[in-house]
Amino acid sequence: MADYILELKNITKRFPGVTALDQVSVSVNRGDIHALVGENGAGKSTLIKVLAGIYHPEEGEVFLDGVRTVFRTPSESQQKGISVVHQEFKMSESLSVAENMFLGNLLYKGRLVDWKAMRLQADRMLRDLGVPMDVDTPVERLSVAQKQMVEICKAVNRNCKVLIMDEPSATLTEKEQALMFGTVRKLKAGGVTVIYISHRLEEIFDLCDTVTVLRDGAHIATKPVRDVTRDELVSMMVGRTVTKEYPRAGTQPGEVVLEARGISRKGVLENISFQLRRGEVLGIAGLVGSGRTELARALLGIDRMDRGEVLLRGQPVRIDTFRKAIKSGLSLVPEDRKSQGLVQIAAVSRNICMVNMDAAASGFVMSAAKEREISREYVDKLDISTPSVDTETQYLSGGNQQKVVIAKWLLEDSDIIILDEPTRGIDVGAKSEIYNLIVSLVAQGKSVLMISSELPEVIGMSDRVLVIHEGRLAGELARGEATQERIMSLCV
Amino acid sequence: MNPQDKKTNLSLWYRNSSAASTLTILLILLLMSTALAIAAPAFLKASNLLSTARNFSAIAVAGIGVSVVILTGNIDISIGSIYGLAGVSVAMLMKSGWSLVPAVAAGMAVGGLCGLANGLLVVYLRLPSYIATLGMMQIVRGVCYILTQGYPVSGMADSFKWIGQGELMGVPLPIYFMVLFALVFAVFRNRTKTGRRIFALGGNEEATRISGVNTKALKILCFVLAGVCAAFAGVINASKVGVAQPTAGNGFEMDAIASVIIGGSSMGGGVGTVTGTLIGAAIMGVLRNALVLLSVESYWQTLVMGVVIISAVTIDQLRKARR
Repeated sequence: MADYILELKNITKRFPGVTALDQVSVSVNRGDIHALVGENGAGKSTLIKVLAGIYHPEEGEVFLDGVRTVFRTPSESQQKGISVVHQEFKMSESLSVAENMFLGNLLYKGRLVDWKAMRLQADRMLRDLGVPMDVDTPVERLSVAQKQMVEICKAVNRNCKVLIMDEPSATLTEKEQALMFGTVRKLKAGGVTVIYISHRLEEIFDLCDTVTVLRDGAHIATKPVRDVTRDELVSMMVGRTVTKEYPRAGTQPGEVVLEARGISRKGVLENISFQLRRGEVLGIAGLVGSGRTELARALLGIDRMDRGEVLLRGQPVRIDTFRKAIKSGLSLVPEDRKSQGLVQIAAVSRNICMVNMDAAASGFVMSAAKEREISREYVDKLDISTPSVDTETQYLSGGNQQKVVIAKWLLEDSDIIILDEPTRGIDVGAKSEIYNLIVSLVAQGKSVLMISSELPEVIGMSDRVLVIHEGRLAGELARGEATQERIMSLCV
Repeated sequence: MNPQDKKTNLSLWYRNSSAASTLTILLILLLMSTALAIAAPAFLKASNLLSTARNFSAIAVAGIGVSVVILTGNIDISIGSIYGLAGVSVAMLMKSGWSLVPAVAAGMAVGGLCGLANGLLVVYLRLPSYIATLGMMQIVRGVCYILTQGYPVSGMADSFKWIGQGELMGVPLPIYFMVLFALVFAVFRNRTKTGRRIFALGGNEEATRISGVNTKALKILCFVLAGVCAAFAGVINASKVGVAQPTAGNGFEMDAIASVIIGGSSMGGGVGTVTGTLIGAAIMGVLRNALVLLSVESYWQTLVMGVVIISAVTIDQLRKARR
């Protein structure tokens, strides 16, 4: 007889026009780290929100510790022992670590706040989880990883039985991730059940005991992790067998289109030189904060470079604003599509025509009809799934949002495209579409500079890989030479 | 498309579209007007309607200007002072012998310069716009007092009164100016590249910058436009009264901003329409007229205006929050 802490039975949640969860039944073993995977739009977030008391299902029942339970509000769900660590942290930035950990749950001594007890308890908890820090620091001064730890502590602090973590590793470096895994394992040892949502399949095999796959709002399978392979998991998620993850065949790059000589920016980049050829995918690997993104920003004139020279097709050019970079045929798909890539409250068509406005304008006057027409063409071409081109981009899934950002630059028809973390936080299906797109771009004679934290992706897609470490070029590896081990040894 | 989808689309449209927002406040305006027409039939007299419209046209013109700044997610509370300074400047220039057109052009240029100062402070000193324009509000008002030594400016040539008191085919000129500003700005905002970029900037400044838009220049332009519009509104007002008061426009910025907010613009930026602002100004105008027609004590007028601002915005919020 299995011991379930949480049982969901035939949960159905409908939204106007779409069934987000369709008769989903999942049972979670007490004390497990239970992975929840699925493509974007599979229903993971909806399921979490049902457990968090944010959404109320039309049908189905939830049993917590064997007792039928209804979560009417988020605070009710928390009281009953379910805590969620969201991707976007919900903390009061100017308050201290200790105060945040007890927010909404302050300790009192009589009628006054008991600061001493809270600070002690916070300190002990952080130590127990292997992440000691100064509990008086304002949260705004912490790194992303530290903030996450505080969020976890805050969640656990409320007599938490089930901790739900929504893509906790998305913004962490490898080292921070290892630390976070340690914390999660300690929680498990302390009797907490964890529901762990992630797009990175590798970490599921590292960390989790059981895995549940959702697809299109339906429950596909729940299995012990040791009984499935990575490929099985992927095909359960996408509903078909993904034949080739990286569709890259070795090509013969042409002449040098961009040459960087001695790019330097004080404290960030030091003397970086490289060449990019026509029809080439040049991968840039390195830890988060090593200077990868900064290199792109300096090349593109977004940040100033202190020294260094850029040559385009052999001609020296001075790119000191991003507008000049665009005019010179460079473009950037930035790492954070929400804050840098899209105007979320604007329609798909408005976003697609944001750079190359001339395509949809006659003289200085824009034509909305032309904007829509162009956008429909790109929506078809890139297979962007959206109700219409007038839909605001905030309603699209991550993968489709990313395609809108790419469409914006395809319309500009730049020769050199810099992609910064092009597949972060998007699902397996959309990933492979983006890979195919990169392949077709270089086949057309364009050049791609791809910055990525996912080593298999860098290795699978690039003709050459540059490794950046602490602002310097740590090495250059040709296709075939680049392995995860060699890149990592240059990274650290 | 099955009927359910259609219904869904309609309710989604109602919740999200700017047109629905405009429609909602238009309905509020019509309801108010109907109620007033029943309570005070004099409201519907052509002369009353025209003078009401004339009276809110200055608010509308300044509102249209400041709505562009609000569209970027910023605010300009110095427009009341700019309104005052423009009236004073034009009056003083005309008194010293300038003719109408160059004097008004100079007055609008003064407004534009104040806007430029606002823009530079916000963009290059990175002051929050509320603080930059709070300072400018005092500075510009100070300039008004220094120029006039606190006395009203009067004794201009009769042409000075033309802008605010003139009529064309029985309709007061300020109404034409209001319509002209509305048309020009509607086309500018919705159909030009610059206009679309302002919307994008308000929606996400960083993404707009990384689309190759010179966001600094764009923001400065918005403040300049707000300054120019406020200046013209100030000229309309001074001309209507026939005297330029150095205190003119004290508190006027709040009326103009209120008309923008009632009109459905988001203080966060990226959302809003010119039509909405126009209707917002009309709501304020009709309300003022109502309180006069119903002979409500003037102290109560201010209170009621506040209630209307809060109610109109609340109704709009409810519309968006509908599930």
